[in-house]
Amino acid sequence: MTARVIEARDLGRTFAGVTALDGVTLEVRAGESVAVFGPNGAGKTTLLRLLATLLRPSHGTLRLFDQSVGDGAEARRRIGFLSHQSFLYPDLTPLENLEFYAEMYRTDAQRAHQLLDDVGLTGWAHRPVRTLSRGLEQRAALARAVLHDPDLLLLDEPFTGLDTAAASTLMRMLREAQARGTTLLMTTHDMTRGFDLCERAVILTNGRLVWSGVLAETSPDALVHLYEARTQRGSPTVGASAARL
Amino acid sequence: MNESVRKWADTFLPPAALCAMSAAIYLVFEYVPTAQGEGVVQRIFYFHVPIATMTYVAFGVVAVASAMFLWRGTLGWDRIAHASAEIGMLFCSLVLITGMMWARPRWNTWWTWDARLTTTLILWLIYAGYLMLRGSVGPTDQGARYAAILGIVGAVDIPIINRSVYWWRTIHPAVIVGREGTSGLTDPRMQVTLAVCFVAMILLYLWLLVVRLDGMRLRDRVEELRQRALREASALGTAA
Amino acid sequence: MLALIRKDLQIELRTKEALASLLLLALLMLVVLSFAFDPTSALRSESAPGALWVAVTFAGVSALNRSFVAERENDCLQGLLLCPVDRGTIYLAKTIANFLFMMAAQLVTVPIFVFFFNLPLSWGLVGVVASLGLGVFGLSAVGTLFAAVSVRTRAREIMLPLLLLPLIVPVFIAGVKVTARALADKPLADVAHWLHLMIGFDVVFLVVGWLVFEYAVEE
Repeated sequence: MTARVIEARDLGRTFAGVTALDGVTLEVRAGESVAVFGPNGAGKTTLLRLLATLLRPSHGTLRLFDQSVGDGAEARRRIGFLSHQSFLYPDLTPLENLEFYAEMYRTDAQRAHQLLDDVGLTGWAHRPVRTLSRGLEQRAALARAVLHDPDLLLLDEPFTGLDTAAASTLMRMLREAQARGTTLLMTTHDMTRGFDLCERAVILTNGRLVWSGVLAETSPDALVHLYEARTQRGSPTVGASAARL
Repeated sequence: MNESVRKWADTFLPPAALCAMSAAIYLVFEYVPTAQGEGVVQRIFYFHVPIATMTYVAFGVVAVASAMFLWRGTLGWDRIAHASAEIGMLFCSLVLITGMMWARPRWNTWWTWDARLTTTLILWLIYAGYLMLRGSVGPTDQGARYAAILGIVGAVDIPIINRSVYWWRTIHPAVIVGREGTSGLTDPRMQVTLAVCFVAMILLYLWLLVVRLDGMRLRDRVEELRQRALREASALGTAA
Repeated sequence: MLALIRKDLQIELRTKEALASLLLLALLMLVVLSFAFDPTSALRSESAPGALWVAVTFAGVSALNRSFVAERENDCLQGLLLCPVDRGTIYLAKTIANFLFMMAAQLVTVPIFVFFFNLPLSWGLVGVVASLGLGVFGLSAVGTLFAAVSVRTRAREIMLPLLLLPLIVPVFIAGVKVTARALADKPLADVAHWLHLMIGFDVVFLVVGWLVFEYAVEE
C-alpha cells in the first residue's frame, strides 16, 4: 500500500472571523499528482500554506508523511514550496541564495551549482537577484524549491506570468520530479496544464471542496460545466476559453 | 465567561460599585479628619493610592491573560487582556494627574522624578504602546498575538525598570517622596477610609472590565453574523 | 544558526545599508546634541555620556526597523519559515547579527564622540565600549523581537520606537551611568550593580524573545 503523504480531515482556517477554508478533507498518496482548481479567493493558497505548515489550522487535523505535524520541522524538511513570491534575497546572487538554503536544509551545496545549470541560469548565477527578470527569478525560485529533493512539492499557480521558455523548463523539471516519485500538489487557473501534469484534481470554491476525481475520466469542458452547476455562478471566462477556469 | 458568571456580574457589580464609590466619596470628603499639617489636598491620597495599585494589578492581568492567550489560543483571554489594558490606561492617567494635583500644593513642584512616579510614567507609555499596537493592526489574530507579546515583555520589564529608576534616583539629592508610607495612618478613621476606597476601586475596575468584555463579545458576534450573511449572499448571489 | 548570521552579514556587506544609516544617524545626533550644549560650558562634559547613548539608541532603533524590512521583499521571511529550523533560532541569529552591526558602527561613532566632546583618550574608553556592548545587546534582544512585530503594522516607522523606548529604559540608564563612570576614569567596581543589571536584562530578554518569537512571525 502506498504511503499517505497528505491526510487532511475537516481542515479549516479562519482569519479574523473570515473563513478562508472550511472542512476540507483530502488524501494524497505518494507519487500522485493532484491539481487544485478554483476561482480567486477560493482558498487555494490558504490550503497550500496549511499543507506547507506555514499556517496552523483553526480546526481539523492534518497528517503529513503518515505522522502528526507537530511543530512541523520534520515535515518541512521534505516539502518544497513554490509561490508567486520567490523567497530569494534580492541583494544576493542566485548562487548565494541557493547555497544559503542548502545549508538551511542540510543539503550538499554542490546541488546548488547543478540546479542552476538545470534551470538554465548558469550565466546569471553571479548577478544579484534584484537584476533578474521575472522569468529568470522564477527559475531561480524553482531551483530553490527542489534544492533539497523534497518528497512533496506544493506549487501555487506556478505557470502564471512565465514566458514560454521558462514554462517549458518548469514542465520538464516537474515531469522529472514525477518520474522520481515526488508527490505533486498544484493550484492553477489553467486547466490544460492541470490535465497535462496531473492524474487527479479537486475543485475549491468559497473554501469548500466541491469536487474530487480522476482527470482521465473527464475533460476540461465537462469540468467547467460541472463547476458552474455546483456553484450556480456564471463564470465570465467561459465564453472566452473553455479550457480556463 | 460563561452565562451565570456574567449574570451575577451584571446584577451585582453596578450597584455594589456605586455604593462603594458613594461611601468612599463621603468618607474622603466628610468623615476622615485632615491629616496633621497636610492640608485638605492630602485627601487625594485616599483615591491616589488605590488607583495606583489597580493600575499595576490591571497590568498584571494583561500579562497573565496575554500568556494564557498565547498558550491556549482562546480569544476570551485576549479580550480580557485588551479590556484590562484600556482600563489600566485610564487608571494610570488618573494616577499621574492626581499625583501632580497633590504634589504642586504640597511640595511646590509639578513633577518629581522619584522611582515610583517615573515607573508609573513608563508604565503609561507601555500601555499607550499596547493600545496603539492594537489600533494599528486591527482586530485580527495576529494583532492579538503581537499585543500579547508586548504584554508579557512589559510585565517582565516593569520590575527591572523599577529597580533601575530607583537606583537612578537615590544617588542624587532630590525631592524624595515618601508618599503613602510616611504618614503612619494613626487615626483608625483614616484606615477605614483607605480600605473603603480600595474596595471601591476594585469594584470599579471589575465593573468596567465586565462592561468592556461584554462590548467586545457583542462586537465580535456582530462581525461574525455579518460575515456569514455576506457569504450566504454571494453564494446565492448572481445566478447565471 | 551560523548560516543565518552569515546570510545577514553577506547582505550587509553587499549593500552596506544598515551600517551607513547607523553611522550617519548617530553622527547627526551627536552633532545636533553638540549644538544643544554650549561647547565651553562644564555642562558639556557632564552631558557627554547621555549624548552618546541617545545617539546610539536612536540610530540603533532605526537599524532594527530595517532588519526586518529586508525580509519582507520577496517574502523571504516565509522562505525562512519554510525551512526546518526552529523559530527561536531565527530570532537568535537576527539578534546577534543586529548586535554585530551596531557594534561595528561603534567603531566609528565612539572616536567621533571623543573628538566632538573633547574627551581625553584614556583606558576609560574600554569601559565605555564594554558598557555599549552590554547595552546594545539588550537593545538588540528586545528590538529584534519588536521589529518583527512592527514591520507588519500600519504605522511601521513610529511603532518600533514607541514600543521599544519605554522597555529599554533600564539599560539606557545603566549605560549612561557606567559610561559616565568610565569616562571619569574611576574604577568600575563602583558601578558593579549597574553592570549586573545590564547583564540580567540581556539574559532575561534574550530568553523571553527566544521563547516568544514564533508568535511574532507565524500567522
